Amino acid sequence: MTEAQDLDPRIRAVLAEHARLSRDVATLASTDDLYQAGMTSHASVNVMLALEAEFDVEFPDAMLKRSVFDSIASIRSALLDLVRV
Amino acid sequence: MRAGIDLVHVPCVRASLERFGERYLARVYTAGEIADAGDDPVRRPERLAARFAAKEAAIKALGLADIGVAWTDMEVRRAADGHCTLSLHGAARRQAEALGTDSIALSLTHDGDYAAAVVVVDRRERLSFERASR
Repeated sequence: MTEAQDLDPRIRAVLAEHARLSRDVATLASTDDLYQAGMTSHASVNVMLALEAEFDVEFPDAMLKRSVFDSIASIRSALLDLVRV
Repeated sequence: MRAGIDLVHVPCVRASLERFGERYLARVYTAGEIADAGDDPVRRPERLAARFAAKEAAIKALGLADIGVAWTDMEVRRAADGHCTLSLHGAARRQAEALGTDSIALSLTHDGDYAAAVVVVDRRERLSFERASR
């Protein structure tokens, strides 16, 4: 079973490579707003595609919301929902 | 009346095409948009960037950010004379109808490394108000 804490390092690695953050992802708390940290809407598409490849999941249209990708915690929650299906 | 605007860095679109290829295209753009973007290696990322900006501008204008819509629900259509319009599908269309959307205006531009779009949405409530105030 996937544990929440197992996901965070992999999520942070994806963000470091694709989110184009203006801050080092290592300095972000899990609840910090990624858009406030510099992630653009277009970069969020890259993050989504990279997360899908990393976790072998597909985000359904209903999950393509700003709130799903606005923090490490919200991404983790969405991924847990997807891997439990 | 509601408006949305978005600015996209064209090199980011070019990088997404190189990195994610067909997965990126299929998740974000309709078949018509991909065809309209052509295959010129310079113009294609510019045209796709302008279309992505239009989708994000529509998300802002229609308040779609937390509704859950596919990027392909918002489609830029190019007429033979080059004029572009925005068509809505799926959840985006339903939200526009719920808002009483009467018309949608779209303007696209790109210059150098940047592409931008503005979407303006007019609603029936405004027209009703104007009639009532005469």
